Amino acid sequence: MKRIVAALVVAIGVAGLSPAYAVQPDEIMSDPAKESRARDLSRELRCMVCQNQSIDDSEAPLARDLRLLVRERIAAGDSDAQVIDFLVARYGEFVLLKPRLKPHTLLLWLLPPLALAGGGLALWIYNRRRSRSAASGDQSLSKLTAEEEARLERLIAAEPSAEGPA
Amino acid sequence: MIAEAGHYALVLALALALIQSTVPILGARLHDPALMNVARSTALAQLLFVAASFAALVTLHVTSDFSLVNVFENSHSQKPLIYKITGVWGNHEGSMLLWVSILALFGGLVAAFGNNLPLSLRAHVLAVQAWVASAFYLFILITSNPFLRIANPPIEGRDLNPVLQDIGLAVHPPMLYLGYVGFSISFSFAVAALIEGRIDAAWARWVRPWTLVAWIFLTLGIAMGSYWAYYELGWGGWWFWDPVENASLMPWLAGTALLHSAVVMEKRNALKVWTILLSILTFSLSLLGTFLVRSGVLTSVHAFATDPTRGVFILLILCIFIGGSLSLYAWRASALKQGGLFAPISREGALVLNNLFLTTACATVFIGTLYPLALEVLTGDKISVGAPFFNLTFAPLFLPLMIAVPFGPLLAWKRGDLLGAAQRLTAAGIAALIAIAVLWAWTRGGSAFAPLAIGLAVFVIAGALSDLAERTGLFRGPIGTAMRRARGLPRATWGTAFAHAGVGVALIGIVCETTWNSEYIGSMKPGDVADIAGYELKLDGVSQRQGPNFREMIGQFAVSLDGKPLSAMTPSKRNFTTRGSSTTEAALLTRGASQLYISLGDTNADGAIAVRIYHKPLVLLIWWGPVLMAFGGMLSLSDRRLRVGAPKPAKALRGLQAAE
Repeated sequence: MKRIVAALVVAIGVAGLSPAYAVQPDEIMSDPAKESRARDLSRELRCMVCQNQSIDDSEAPLARDLRLLVRERIAAGDSDAQVIDFLVARYGEFVLLKPRLKPHTLLLWLLPPLALAGGGLALWIYNRRRSRSAASGDQSLSKLTAEEEARLERLIAAEPSAEGPA
Repeated sequence: MIAEAGHYALVLALALALIQSTVPILGARLHDPALMNVARSTALAQLLFVAASFAALVTLHVTSDFSLVNVFENSHSQKPLIYKITGVWGNHEGSMLLWVSILALFGGLVAAFGNNLPLSLRAHVLAVQAWVASAFYLFILITSNPFLRIANPPIEGRDLNPVLQDIGLAVHPPMLYLGYVGFSISFSFAVAALIEGRIDAAWARWVRPWTLVAWIFLTLGIAMGSYWAYYELGWGGWWFWDPVENASLMPWLAGTALLHSAVVMEKRNALKVWTILLSILTFSLSLLGTFLVRSGVLTSVHAFATDPTRGVFILLILCIFIGGSLSLYAWRASALKQGGLFAPISREGALVLNNLFLTTACATVFIGTLYPLALEVLTGDKISVGAPFFNLTFAPLFLPLMIAVPFGPLLAWKRGDLLGAAQRLTAAGIAALIAIAVLWAWTRGGSAFAPLAIGLAVFVIAGALSDLAERTGLFRGPIGTAMRRARGLPRATWGTAFAHAGVGVALIGIVCETTWNSEYIGSMKPGDVADIAGYELKLDGVSQRQGPNFREMIGQFAVSLDGKPLSAMTPSKRNFTTRGSSTTEAALLTRGASQLYISLGDTNADGAIAVRIYHKPLVLLIWWGPVLMAFGGMLSLSDRRLRVGAPKPAKALRGLQAAE
């Protein structure tokens, strides 16, 4: 969908839109466990020249280089965290699709739970206030306008029989 | 000539919209029915002229008039007819014209079928609708005119982006826009209510069908887009948390919340202020989506800065409408009376909970989408927020919501009985536990959460069914009585059950696809066999073919299961000469709700072809779910109680409801 919408957005003149797919047969590592680690890591890393694509999805040459780099580091015995650190040291935080919790991403991570907590709190307060004001028993309904009164008259007149028990 | 006529029709539509945005308001101030009725005729005339303008652009595309910039840049004389038509909205200018056409269509529908609305409300609604329309007509005419000519017309066009040359383009954008723009009606109703300073349960009755229509189209549009991406892009992904996708998801989440809060308002005359706010927010998010997609701000903040005309214009529209409507809200909302008290444990309470989670989910998507943009503009730091972030934050919000879904319809209005609802959900809970146990025993691999998530989905589906069983008295009395009661149930009840079950169905599909998907990536030569999930796929051969505006390489695969031949699959790779780009046409073999998926890559030097094969278990449920939801929406829409025009209440139905 991304490529389609990207195409819809830019519509023309975007280089490298030819759909091929991401991981090529010649990139795959012989050890399935290591390969699956590489795939999982690839999904967390951004292809920096693409629009929000992970290197696992992208067919850009840079993504291929990064995929090979990830596999190189894994083959050299790095842990997942070491591979990520290596890439961040080289390419910056921009390469991470899931930003680390740092001062400048604090709001990003905190706002969703705060929104939920804030919403819940607002509801609680609202509910308390409502139940208090309910005790004072003020239940005013908005009055009908003249136009609505006239319409109501017409509707009542148009209904011949009395309303049955509902 | 046709281009000029189309252009002129658009200018006339703008003029009509300007009249429609002022005269009816004046009429409402002066209590002059004639002036208020101007809204109706201008809305219909506006629809006529925009339709003429749109028809002109379609004609120009179909006849391949390359003297038009828009046609030259996005069409080709050899392109099949269907793509000549769909290509009209496969570009910026044309898609904006489609946007305003749909806006005019909704305005026209309100004008045509709004006879039952109070005159001043209709005048206000149509006037607000015309404000939005005027802004976007101006936007098109000033910055994105599709009717511009080229001085020296070329003989051939540049062709449409090949990725877009697909039936998906015929369905996805129009559906999505019908959804996006459809929310403009609830927005107009909300603003009109704020201007008039009065709002009641009848207001919700008028708004709910329109919201429902928009929601149905948006649901189908998003699902269709997702399926299109799945089969077109060649790696079987169906949701990427891309900003452009998020732009359509945000109005959907807010719209879903709106749909539920409108129910409370209609039935219980409560949550009025909140419903108004949601109506405003939902359409604001649609506008935001339009801004994100159309301004180029997503490609990069810098691209936006180098050619800011369009972006700044839409940003201006965005600020005026969102800022204006929210200020109006802040100013007038306190004038609206609150009604309908309810206890926290009640149907209303459940719907409020639904709203809390849906709007928080919406806020999460909003923050994740805009935070990187804001951070870059403010500090210059570049960060990425992608799928891993959204999966991590979105899932914890959706899971509690899913647990609550089956409880909602079982709780009574005003004051509900949670224990009683839980008792009535015992069967659903047992079904869920059985599903979890069976999955734990039978499946290997994958996350431990997968069986739990599927159990939750089963609980949602079984919960929807037990609600129906409860209401019809199935298993408690003779089957005939249950059948009669089932026929008597309001369609909206059926709609709720279908829509809720659809959520569960989609969740099963999502979990199965992500957990038990198997893939084979390799180079194959003719005669090679690939084994995947018990299927054997033999590459019989590779052939070449010439299409109308492309050449394609086709791979012939013979599929067999346990040695028995099953079917043939022919994935292909197309090369479009005009743009020098290519697309993969994946081959899909559907087995029940599961699919085999093959896409072709490049050919190696030694003649082997790169092949990617997937087995995606129950993947189709991902899209059947939304289809079920939309079907539920349609059932609810066909409920006679929602048709405001229905003049006489049917006595028979009323009797049955009393038995409910």
